[in-house]
Amino acid sequence: METLLSFIHSNLEILYIVILSVFLGIEVISRVPSVLHTPLMSGANAIHGVIIVGSIIVMGEASADNFIVLALGFLAVIVGTINVVGGFVVTDRMLEMFKSGKEKPSKSTKVK
Amino acid sequence: MEASILAICYLIGSVSFIIGLKMLSHPAKARRGNLVSAAGMAIAILGTLILYRPAGHALNNLVWIVSAIIIGTVIGATAARRVKMTAMPEMVSMFNGMGGLCAALISIVELGRVANDHSDMHVLSILAGMVIGSVSFTGSMIAYGKLQGKIKDHAFKGQHLVNLFVLLLIVIIGAIIITSNGTFSALIFYSMLGLSVVYGILFVLPIGGADMPVVISLLNSFTGIATACAGFLYNNQVMLTGGILVGSAGAILTILMCKAMNRSLMNVLIGSFGSTGTGAVHSVTQQGSSKEISLGDAAMVMGYAQKVLIVPGYGLAVAQAQHVCNELGKLLQNNGVVVKYAIHPVAGRMPGHMNVLLAEADVSYDDLLELESANEEFGSTDVVLILGANDVVNPAALDDPSSPIYGMPILEVGKAKLVIVNKRSMRPGYAGIENELFFKPNTSMLFGDAKTVLHELVNLVKEL
Repeated sequence: METLLSFIHSNLEILYIVILSVFLGIEVISRVPSVLHTPLMSGANAIHGVIIVGSIIVMGEASADNFIVLALGFLAVIVGTINVVGGFVVTDRMLEMFKSGKEKPSKSTKVK
Repeated sequence: MEASILAICYLIGSVSFIIGLKMLSHPAKARRGNLVSAAGMAIAILGTLILYRPAGHALNNLVWIVSAIIIGTVIGATAARRVKMTAMPEMVSMFNGMGGLCAALISIVELGRVANDHSDMHVLSILAGMVIGSVSFTGSMIAYGKLQGKIKDHAFKGQHLVNLFVLLLIVIIGAIIITSNGTFSALIFYSMLGLSVVYGILFVLPIGGADMPVVISLLNSFTGIATACAGFLYNNQVMLTGGILVGSAGAILTILMCKAMNRSLMNVLIGSFGSTGTGAVHSVTQQGSSKEISLGDAAMVMGYAQKVLIVPGYGLAVAQAQHVCNELGKLLQNNGVVVKYAIHPVAGRMPGHMNVLLAEADVSYDDLLELESANEEFGSTDVVLILGANDVVNPAALDDPSSPIYGMPILEVGKAKLVIVNKRSMRPGYAGIENELFFKPNTSMLFGDAKTVLHELVNLVKEL
């Protein structure tokens, strides 16, 4: 109990960030048309690829002769990059198709 | 100096994620929103590479890091560019799994370093990152396999009890590690890792293939949380905000997807248990009374109809028939037929899948009807043309409580005067259940690949 309290006290800022981010995430998403569910999921998928920053830090702090850590870190950076780059490119490809469909009836799109 | 600039980079990154996500939920701004997030990501990554200073000096192993990034970029970009529109959902699942794997790997490395000088909370976040990351990784791979059709649904009696037991075991091991003050053995840590990997597989394996979009969205949310755990560990704000943002947005998105199918999340996750047997028995009695329609007759009834509603499904996507489908629609419209497209929210493999495909083929947005408005129009429709859709038009969802899809809102095509179903064969759809619709008196079957059939129809309608 005491450790929990002291943890909360010493990490108050982080707790604020976490709680506010939770509400922000809910607020940002809550009114999305079902048409956009897939691109949105894909875009969010690319954003959590920010985990790659962690893998860069892991490798950057590893000493050059610690091969196990280097190998794991190397793999982590590769898969993290795949997540980021692939995620954004796939999302862009999906949305590109929406655009071509939306350009033509430009007068009527505003109606909805 | 460097540290403050890096902090600003992370701030820009976090804000761009929020703005990008916000823009992604508006059709007109979505594409720019994606670019905004991508730019923020680039700033955060470059900032880390150049400005991050562990113990006062630049990053070690920079050559290795950069080459890993290059390898990852090439693989990711090639995979994302080459993938067909029909396989997008699998691709998202695959990328999500990669993120989960990354989180798990980071945790494995960090726990090796930690042991003595970190607080309990840090150990907890490492363990959480590892468990959630591994579950997300193996779960996503199973989901990928299912969407590819390589992995079938497996469920055995009491599987949810086994799952619960595995989960409980993971929690217990976690508690042991935390309370051991850094004296735990490597073996117990790896057994926790192994159990998490197994749990990811067990968690997704019994869930029906048709529900994979929901599962992917949920796992997406998981990876977000794993990212946030790592962000807490490194006291890194961009990972923390990005992860939590995706975690909560992904959770809401999962719930919205379930709502689109009129089901609860619990129902999706454990609903597949026990309902597998009855559906199969039910189907046997139904066989053998469907009738076929010839291409010529089909072209005829559509060419002289007043109103035609087209119901696209996965079959259309597989055959890449969206362009010729639009061609047929335009042709009929020029002949004075009212042509609309009835889009079920979960037709295809993901919500919005059909919208993406039809948009690619330049079908006008005004011609797309959502579920409710389509159901109002079926009563006044002469011909409904179903192109490779099955479960989303299965009346069992309305009247058969034993059916696994019972309760899902469907397109009530039966209200139309004539229903033409184009399928490659009589094989059941993705949920693996028979469709009574095919045996109704006003339904006719038109077998064949959607693209070939539509080509023929276009030619025949031209000759009318």
